[in-house]
Amino acid sequence: MEAIRCQGVCKDYRVGFWRQRVRVLHDLELTVGAGETFGYLGPNGAGKTTTIKILLGLLRPTAGSAWLCGREASRPEARSVAGFLPETPAFYDYLTGEEFLAFMAQLAGLSRAMAREQIPALLDRVGLSGAGTRQLRKYSKGMLQRIGMAQALLGDPAVVILDEPMSGLDPIGRKEIRDIMVGLRKEARTVFFSSHIIPDVEMLCDRVGILLGGRLARIGRLDELLGTEIDSVEVTLADLPPEAAAALADGALAPPLVQGDRVQLRLRGEGGVDAVLRRTLAAGGRVLSVVPHRRTLEEIFLAEVAERGRR
Amino acid sequence: MRRVLAIALMAFTEAVRDRVLYIILVFALAMIGSSAALVTISVGGEGRIVKDLGLACITLFGLFIAVFIGIRLVSREIERRTVLLLLSRPVGRGAFLVGKFIGLALTLFVNVGAMALGLLLLARMLEGEWTPPLLLAAGFAFLELTILTAFSILFATFSTPTLSTVLTLLVFVIGRLSRDLVAFAAQFDSVSLHTTASAIYYALPNLSLFNLGSLGAGGSLPSGATLLLTAAYALGYMTAILALAIAIFRRRDFQ
Repeated sequence: MEAIRCQGVCKDYRVGFWRQRVRVLHDLELTVGAGETFGYLGPNGAGKTTTIKILLGLLRPTAGSAWLCGREASRPEARSVAGFLPETPAFYDYLTGEEFLAFMAQLAGLSRAMAREQIPALLDRVGLSGAGTRQLRKYSKGMLQRIGMAQALLGDPAVVILDEPMSGLDPIGRKEIRDIMVGLRKEARTVFFSSHIIPDVEMLCDRVGILLGGRLARIGRLDELLGTEIDSVEVTLADLPPEAAAALADGALAPPLVQGDRVQLRLRGEGGVDAVLRRTLAAGGRVLSVVPHRRTLEEIFLAEVAERGRR
Repeated sequence: MRRVLAIALMAFTEAVRDRVLYIILVFALAMIGSSAALVTISVGGEGRIVKDLGLACITLFGLFIAVFIGIRLVSREIERRTVLLLLSRPVGRGAFLVGKFIGLALTLFVNVGAMALGLLLLARMLEGEWTPPLLLAAGFAFLELTILTAFSILFATFSTPTLSTVLTLLVFVIGRLSRDLVAFAAQFDSVSLHTTASAIYYALPNLSLFNLGSLGAGGSLPSGATLLLTAAYALGYMTAILALAIAIFRRRDFQ
């Protein structure tokens, strides 16, 4: 079953004094299956947040439609299956963590008994069980992000939508949020999250969509996008005579990196590795390491951005 | 309904925690209290002066609460983007605005009640007897203020806080004077002037209906039927304005 579906979604904003129309989303076709973790990648201004707000009924699409678990996204009942963490969420800072969650539980339609059961469990899950009675104005940025995550998980939503959940966090804060997301993945919840922090997307997602200039440039499973082909091989050698090192540099992607008696070469593909190793051993050198490199998501993303820049 | 009440309670809590509310309330009670000083320089009708001034203070300071707290509550929710969290839950936009309205009306009720009780006690001290019609007059001032609250919410759904404040104050001034405006226009032969005055009279609420000030302070009260009709007029008007606010708010994008 599809947890998220966008069909022909376009969005125009009116900007400037003359209220000119600017299209920020172009005919978006997107589906996310139940239980998938979907990473929505794109540079700033690509239209990621616009897509998310359309999914949550906060923006009305200029054309097309969006659905959450088969329910039209503009209808309030569609949001009963979703939890949302906005980018840099704002809170009622005079409330304590528990009061805030109790308020959000009421909005989510939870009974008092369910709220009493879920709130301590969620505070514990996001590592804030000791801070539930503290006012939100006394929370750090990381703690606010975690209480935001806790409110998104109130009512056990089938779909969790996170807009740049790791943005502005320090490495520890990022890890904490990432761990919660790994947990959601294990629970087979549908997670749709936008990010421009590519390693996080690569680490967490089943499928990825790359949005550039309001158009979906690439979409697919991570292994499909990355492929199985070796892109380059990094070979580290030692004790090579200088003339042998210079000869090996001919087949390398970049000039060899020399550090003392060590030489590091980056070769295109796997093809030239055997020859380099043979010639090294024949010249009296030693092979220290051979590390194959596949194309990273970051490289794919940057290549897409560069490609779009050329067009 | 539970969601509406949750939003109403949160709006009330937020208003109660707003320092501006206490500044307005303390200033209002001080004004009502200091009107007693006028008694010493007036000749006769001391209690009436205090009651008239007191009721005027209730309306004026209630207006400040409706405008400054009301607009802040809705606009700030949008500006601070807390509205994104609220509306990402299964909460309709209508429920959001109705909740805000109920919370604000509750804030006004408590404050108008506090001011009315202060005035009632002061009048008792000066005249040696209770004046129950004062409470009725304060009740109608409350109805007038809830209409203005509905307008402040309407304006906050599509304009800036400053513009919303100006527009709500304009509704109050024109609403209070619209009957006089029609009477004034009748003195001239200009058809366009008559049409404009009538258009304003019918488009904006006739707030002078709710001013029982001089009546409550000693004069005769309107009949029960008139009072009921006036209350129904207030309910009808605020419902219509809220419905308009909801229609506009439903079309609003939260970028």
